[in-house]
Amino acid sequence: MGVMNVIVCVKQIPDPAAPGALDPSTNTLKRDGKLILDESDSYGVEMALQLVDKAGGGEVSLVSMAPNGEVSGLRTALAMGAAKGILISDPSLQGSDALTTAKVLAAAIQRAGGFDLIIAATESSDGYTGTVPEQIAEVLGLPSVTFAKSLTITDGRLDAQRQTEDGYDEVTCPLPALVSVTAGVVEPRYPSFKGIMAAKSKPVDTVTAADLGITSVGWAGAGQTISNISQAEARAAGTIVEDDGEGFAQIVAYLENLKVI
Amino acid sequence: MSNIWVFAQVANGAATSGTLELLTKARTLGDVTAFVVGDASGVAAALGEYGATKVYETGDLGGSLPGVAVASAMKAVIDGGDSPDMILFPQSAEARDVVSRLSVKLDKTVLTNNVEIEVVGGTVSVTTPIFGGNTLVTTTFTGTGPFLAAFRPKSFTAESAGGPAAAVTAAPVGDLGATGAAKVTAVHVEESSGPKLDEAGIVVSGGRGLGEAAKYEMVEQLAKLLKGAPGASRAIVDAGWVPYSYQVGQTGKVVKPTVYIAAGISGATQHMVGMKGAKNIIAINKDKEAPIFGIADLGIVGDVHKVLPKLIEALQGR
Ligand SMILES: Cc1cc2nc3c(=O)[nH]c(=O)nc-3n(C[C@H](O)[C@H](O)[C@H](O)COP(=O)(O)OP(=O)(O)OC[C@H]3O[C@@H](n4cnc5c(N)ncnc54)[C@H](O)[C@@H]3O)c2cc1C
Ligand SMILES: Nc1ncnc2c1ncn2[C@@H]1O[C@H](COP(=O)(O)O)[C@@H](O)[C@H]1O
Repeated sequence: MGVMNVIVCVKQIPDPAAPGALDPSTNTLKRDGKLILDESDSYGVEMALQLVDKAGGGEVSLVSMAPNGEVSGLRTALAMGAAKGILISDPSLQGSDALTTAKVLAAAIQRAGGFDLIIAATESSDGYTGTVPEQIAEVLGLPSVTFAKSLTITDGRLDAQRQTEDGYDEVTCPLPALVSVTAGVVEPRYPSFKGIMAAKSKPVDTVTAADLGITSVGWAGAGQTISNISQAEARAAGTIVEDDGEGFAQIVAYLENLKVI
Repeated sequence: MSNIWVFAQVANGAATSGTLELLTKARTLGDVTAFVVGDASGVAAALGEYGATKVYETGDLGGSLPGVAVASAMKAVIDGGDSPDMILFPQSAEARDVVSRLSVKLDKTVLTNNVEIEVVGGTVSVTTPIFGGNTLVTTTFTGTGPFLAAFRPKSFTAESAGGPAAAVTAAPVGDLGATGAAKVTAVHVEESSGPKLDEAGIVVSGGRGLGEAAKYEMVEQLAKLLKGAPGASRAIVDAGWVPYSYQVGQTGKVVKPTVYIAAGISGATQHMVGMKGAKNIIAINKDKEAPIFGIADLGIVGDVHKVLPKLIEALQGR
């Protein structure tokens, strides 16, 4: 029986089902409503739970940076089975770029300590910069495997199938390491009622950037500023028809008209 | 701006189309250096033709993943005194890893998913589409370079400049320490036939509305009849019906064909950013409220299991 401690980065985001909006004062995505666990990270949480299960010991910890002391998404991941979490929440973090986010998360991971593996998603659903995981690995001086579509651990090594443009690579790496996982790497479980109840009393350590010794965050630390927002040219409205059994003929006529058939 | 680097990607012995697009854009902005993973001798001519005057090559990575290895080779050149004002990356898995590692090494911000760049004096701004491409956000780099930015495929049009082969200089990967411990042990390439998805004039994509994996055959058959390429939404890639290489969208291929046919695809924002640039969009969906109809030139509100077989039959009979 082994011990496997995994830290999962989980982003809490506005519900993607609700239409996105920009905050006119900052031109950043509105994040003031209730936030939920990014579905992209639910795969990492599930993967971590399965790895710990398989090892026969250890636990899954979470780190998240989010505004307004938000814990709803963390609670979802705790309800799935994670043991505890660190939340970095601090008004000064608003406007942080991906690099600052990575530095903050890396510092929180160091504070948690004692990990064998860090898991993140290949990209978040709302920001999708896709750079944060690899930046965390570099800050921590760790090896990393991105785009893992399968992951196994044996004797202190990880073996992953890394998705590529035209297939996949087999990659092996000693622990500790960071892995970013694709959606579909595993099927995330739904939290059980028991899990949801248990999650309420699981510890979440809330810290600020200053607690982690990180200064120059937020707008001040970002090497970028939003300079313009515009609307893309809209496509002209098309013809929408109900299929009455002859819908296919409309397609044929359309293709003929374009001279592609 | 004078010194501009392009992270040049090579596949099957040739510079990728995304690389040639970036070189074409970069040469309008300054003097262009291409940075190649591996051996550049086979591509120095093409890189020069599209605007690079100098090429750095890392040499064989010895099984290391490119992210940390290439970033450290770039950092060594920069520390050695050749510091670019800006480095442009194609938006790809490899390039994203390199630029992420490099951003930490240089302590510089990085902006990904861009489709446009504008340089006015020393000010560099890049534009990225959000909300499925409806809104464009322009961000300006502050502070000093190197500015790091990645660009989505097909953001620029590749055009030869007729330049001579670029001179190649070695930029070896140094000792990576613990960070270089991940090693590739085997490479698996999935076979595909017919035109390439991101180059085909016609793309037929299927989504979850097909109902089951076996029904994807209709999409393949239709694509073949139209001499096009079959594509997919992420939903059916995640479900394992088709390989990732079929995926169209934000995390998949960007396609700009003459005709794009979406069968049983809802039109999620992440799908639309990959196909909105198609000249003509045809959608088949049983839900007349499906977002895909919002960008379709011809929309058929109907069942794919009825429309596709008849369409295939009609085309077979021609
Ligand atoms: C970070 C991130 C990145 C992503 N990247 C991508 C990406 O690159 N590409 C991508 O595609 N998605 C991507 N997605 C996923 C995206 O959000 C959607 O979940 C996905 O595109 C949905 O696929 P779909 O349209 O096939 O399925 P669904 O949304 O389930 O739609 C199925 C459609 O089929 C219709 N339908 C059902 N039965 C029939 C029938 N018999 N006949 C006709 N129509 C029928 C339904 O009305 C529905 O509109 C990403 C998501 C995230 C969070
Ligand atoms: N604020 C955050 N809190 C926790 N994890 C994050 C945060 N931002 C990014 N991540 C992790 O990094 C992944 C990629 O994010 P991104 O680089 O924003 O696309 C996410 O899916 C998370 O796993």
